Amino acid sequence: MAAGIPFYAQLINLFAAVLLLISFAMLAQRRVLSLIDLFAAQGLALALSTAVVGWGTGQSHLYWSAGVTLTLKVFLLPFLLYRLIRRLDVKWDVEPLINIPTTMLVGIVLVVFAFNLAAPISNLSSTVTRSTLGIAIASVMLSFLMMITRRKAIPQVIGFLAMENGLFFAATSATYGMPMVVELGIALDVLVGMLILGVFFFQIREQFDSLDLKHLEQLREDE
Amino acid sequence: MSPGPLALVLAALLAWLAIGTLGLARARELVFVSRVLFPVGALAGLVLAAAGVIALGAPAQALVVPLGLPDLPFHLRLDALSAFFLILLGAVGAAISVFSAGYFRSSEGTAPGLVCFHYHVFLASMALVLLADDAYVFMVAWESMALSSYFLVTTEHRIAEIRRAGFLYLLIAHVGAIGILLCFGVLQGGSGDYSFDAMRAAKLAGHWPSVAFLLALFGFGAKAGILPLHVWLPEAHPAAPSPASALMSAVMLKTAIYGLLRVSFDLLDAQLWWWGVIALSLGLATALFGVVFAAVQTDMKRLLAYSSIENIGIIVCGIGLTVIFKSHGKTLLAAITMTAVLYHALNHAFFKSLLFLATGSVLHATRERSLGKLGGLIHRMPWVAWLALVGTLAISGLPPLNGFVSEWLLLQAFLFTPSLPQSFVNMLVPVAAAALALAAALAAYVMVKFYGIVFLGQPREPGLAQAHDAGRLERVGLVFLAAGCVLLGLFPVQVIALLDPVNEMLVGSTAGRGVAQNWLLLAPINADRASYSPLIVFLVVGAIVLLTTLLVRRFYHGRVRRADPWDCGFPLQTPRMQDTAEGFGQPIRQVFEPFFRLQRQLPSPFDAAPKYSARADDHWWHWLYLPIARAAEACGRFFGLIQQGRISVYLTYSFVTLLVLLLFVQ
Amino acid sequence: MTASAFLSQLLQLGVALLLAPLLAGWVSQCRAWLQNKSAPSLLLPYRTIHKLFIKDAVVAHNASPIFRVAPYIVFGAMCCAAAIVPSLSTGLPFAQAADTIALVGLFALARVFIALAAMDIGTAFGSLGARREMFVGFLAEPALLMVLFTASLISGSTSLPTIVDSLAHRDLAIYPSLAFAGVAFTMVSLAENARIPVDNPATHLELTMIHEAMILEYSARHLALIEWASALKLFNYSCIGIAIFVPFGIAAGSDDWAAILGAAPALAAKLAIGGFVLALIETLSAKMRIFRAPEFLGTAFLLAVLAMLVHLLLGT
Repeated sequence: MAAGIPFYAQLINLFAAVLLLISFAMLAQRRVLSLIDLFAAQGLALALSTAVVGWGTGQSHLYWSAGVTLTLKVFLLPFLLYRLIRRLDVKWDVEPLINIPTTMLVGIVLVVFAFNLAAPISNLSSTVTRSTLGIAIASVMLSFLMMITRRKAIPQVIGFLAMENGLFFAATSATYGMPMVVELGIALDVLVGMLILGVFFFQIREQFDSLDLKHLEQLREDE
Repeated sequence: MSPGPLALVLAALLAWLAIGTLGLARARELVFVSRVLFPVGALAGLVLAAAGVIALGAPAQALVVPLGLPDLPFHLRLDALSAFFLILLGAVGAAISVFSAGYFRSSEGTAPGLVCFHYHVFLASMALVLLADDAYVFMVAWESMALSSYFLVTTEHRIAEIRRAGFLYLLIAHVGAIGILLCFGVLQGGSGDYSFDAMRAAKLAGHWPSVAFLLALFGFGAKAGILPLHVWLPEAHPAAPSPASALMSAVMLKTAIYGLLRVSFDLLDAQLWWWGVIALSLGLATALFGVVFAAVQTDMKRLLAYSSIENIGIIVCGIGLTVIFKSHGKTLLAAITMTAVLYHALNHAFFKSLLFLATGSVLHATRERSLGKLGGLIHRMPWVAWLALVGTLAISGLPPLNGFVSEWLLLQAFLFTPSLPQSFVNMLVPVAAAALALAAALAAYVMVKFYGIVFLGQPREPGLAQAHDAGRLERVGLVFLAAGCVLLGLFPVQVIALLDPVNEMLVGSTAGRGVAQNWLLLAPINADRASYSPLIVFLVVGAIVLLTTLLVRRFYHGRVRRADPWDCGFPLQTPRMQDTAEGFGQPIRQVFEPFFRLQRQLPSPFDAAPKYSARADDHWWHWLYLPIARAAEACGRFFGLIQQGRISVYLTYSFVTLLVLLLFVQ
Repeated sequence: MTASAFLSQLLQLGVALLLAPLLAGWVSQCRAWLQNKSAPSLLLPYRTIHKLFIKDAVVAHNASPIFRVAPYIVFGAMCCAAAIVPSLSTGLPFAQAADTIALVGLFALARVFIALAAMDIGTAFGSLGARREMFVGFLAEPALLMVLFTASLISGSTSLPTIVDSLAHRDLAIYPSLAFAGVAFTMVSLAENARIPVDNPATHLELTMIHEAMILEYSARHLALIEWASALKLFNYSCIGIAIFVPFGIAAGSDDWAAILGAAPALAAKLAIGGFVLALIETLSAKMRIFRAPEFLGTAFLLAVLAMLVHLLLGT
């Protein structure tokens, strides 16, 4: 079964599984701080898998992108998020809109869906690691699900960032990475997005004294 | 009439009818009815079971009886599938009859002879359902089964609630019967010949086989209690006297399974994989639904009724898996799954009737059905309590009893699915296996609740001190069923070898040769892959228990001192402080809250007489049944407008109708 | 069945029976160290069991025979389970009679009996404990089954010795599905062995206890057997974990006695590490509210299902 696949591909499969595992852990996590730690761990898994793809396929530019991922997603973004939370003083538990087992159940359905979606694409792809495409799509969807089911602003941002992780993983595992320019561009986008959102948080809190997004519902026009 | 098993079966069937008629003739003589007629009926049941065992190994026998309408003689046929279900009917029916001989005492409500008549007609019509070889006989038998059981349900017809339950049952039974009738209509494929032989030969084109399967699933599902047609079960079972509930739950539900198997594997010549997916998902939904609802019940018979829904769900899920395997041509795996299905049907018949009869004894002894008012009965009714313990352990799916064997086989079957070519089905299967495991684990929760609250602990009401144990005949019935549970649990290999002809007939392969490694070891495919030997497990656990006891006595001592239980420093404890049924079910109610429609009434702090009540209702009532009922009522009101009460207006209606018809004919 | 296989079976059962209290003692010692307390003796569980055996049993007036039989059945079921789980070698002839599904069944048998016994006296505590135990069990049991199924799918067998044979003696291959299964298994083991964060083995505080509430009425030899059975359960779970996730070092078959004896140090090392990790988890986490437990176990259950899915999806 597993014997026919080279070792590095098995490693990538493992990282893919870890990525998915962390996505589920984020879905099940109630605490904001742990959520950030999980996000950092996901970044680490991503960086490692990128490096392994680079090592296995001999494409040295992937080492660079692994390095960028590492600095950005394991150190810089979590650090910024931590600071943000300290400044905003919002260490409370995340209250999910739907209870957690139900969310996870929906998550499992999404995983099955994602794999069925990815099956035809994977069959076209010629890379050894093509079966991980399903996992990548699944983790994108799970992050999306997390954004939907959370009420507070910070978890939503983390969900957004995790979604980008999934996309990045899809790119590296299925096609051995995007051109460096694109990658750098995306990394910059994420960083800038994060900063802008940080500013927004302060604004939201100024306005409503809370980061609960249900207050935004008041902004709609009442006929 | 040809000799052989079919003749024996017919003899038993006629004997039941004769017993019923005798009961009708001497309706008020309780002693005669209970001490003579019911035991003779039990004998007939044993004869039926024996005939079934003979017929399992023999080739199919057919018979045309010139009864019924002039052009439509009765076609009867006894093949392996019928034989298996006849064994189930005969064996369990016999035990229930012996129990009933001791059970029916007072003559409130329906006269004992009348009950005897309904009861035996019920048995005979179930046997006829299993023998029928054309749609005509089948429907006649099916309807008389529904009617006779309706009368059994409404034995205590002076109580309005019971009449309502009976009506609901009759209604859904007929809705289901329409489905079955339409299914046969599709199956005959335009030939106009309603014998099953013609249906086997008919080649249905296009989507018609699927239509037939779905109609069968609907029709037989209504009888079996598949979601969302399950609502009659928890109403009718508590309403009926316990032997009747036992018979309905243990055997009648199985006739629906029989019908489903007959249509989908015998009358339809090929199966499609998505039928299996539908049956699998419906079955699992039913199983989970049933067991979650069973966990919050406070009435012991309702609890068992919901547990029947769960078990039927498991059986239907197994049928779905069999269809999936068969449609992919994996006949060996289909045979293993089918074995699990049949085995579970047999198991459920045994342990569920055992438990229903035990509740009957409890009901007789205490006049109490509510779990919250029972308790501690193991001291007052040791026979019933210990035999019910066997049923409890069996239904919880614990080794080495019988419930575990069928569960084991079904789970093994799930593990084989990765060999299927379809990735979608492949992915469905782990989820299905997980749901099945969850339902099985929840069943243990439910049964611990049932047994612990009824038989263990302290009596919650002072009246329970007068409870008396079951009579001698009742004990015989209970012992028979409990022994069945134990034997079916310990000797699965022998039973599966017996089931092989059914597998051969339905899926074209036998599991027995593969399953039975040797007489001790149950091993589908091969022993390296999986094997299970309940007898060895039982002996080893027993040996360790004995050895431990002996060693502890030998090296230490066996001294025991009796004392009061620890009261946590609070001396005013009463038996009412034990967990009630509501309390025991509360965690499940909380976790599965979306399943229920909860109505809770909490006392305020200032109530002089605080009262707490919680009701967990079924969503389906409000989603499906009440809207239909309301629509029917609205329709009725609309048509009620034309009801004027004056005879001349009605005559005008008839006249106008006549004129319109004449206009058309012209 | 050869004499050698029979001996290997007996040896492993004996090892389980004798070492189980030691493992329990090791875990509580590690826990004490980690929490900066002075540690109890490693042999404390043995002394406790011995002391309990000596004492006279006190049984409540209205106890039925179920109450007195239950400890023996629980103990018997746990011994039986210990005879299925390979610890030193895969030469376990008894494992033919009971595979992993039967193993889960045996655990369930023990659980049901202890819960029934708890309800038997009819005190508020007993039924509270029974209810909570069944409550934890109804999610933990299918989760454990799914973990075992994942291993079964990989190795194509539900028999534990065969699983170990195929996982331990093969080329190096990584099974991502086992990562999921491992997390799920850890969570289930914590719950099933009455450990923090689900239950606390060291507490007698009414509101929090599960396992202890059930056995409150037991004393003397009955309690000794239950304590021993709990230790055996912990040992069994550890060995299941070792067998599935780190099976390296377990001898194949029962003919090579040098390998079987050589497996002993490996087992000891793995158990020591496992026990320490357990103590670490217990020290680092806080006890949950009882109604967070289904969330915790539901997560474990779904992760185990995911493990099976991942196995099928990745095709490895």
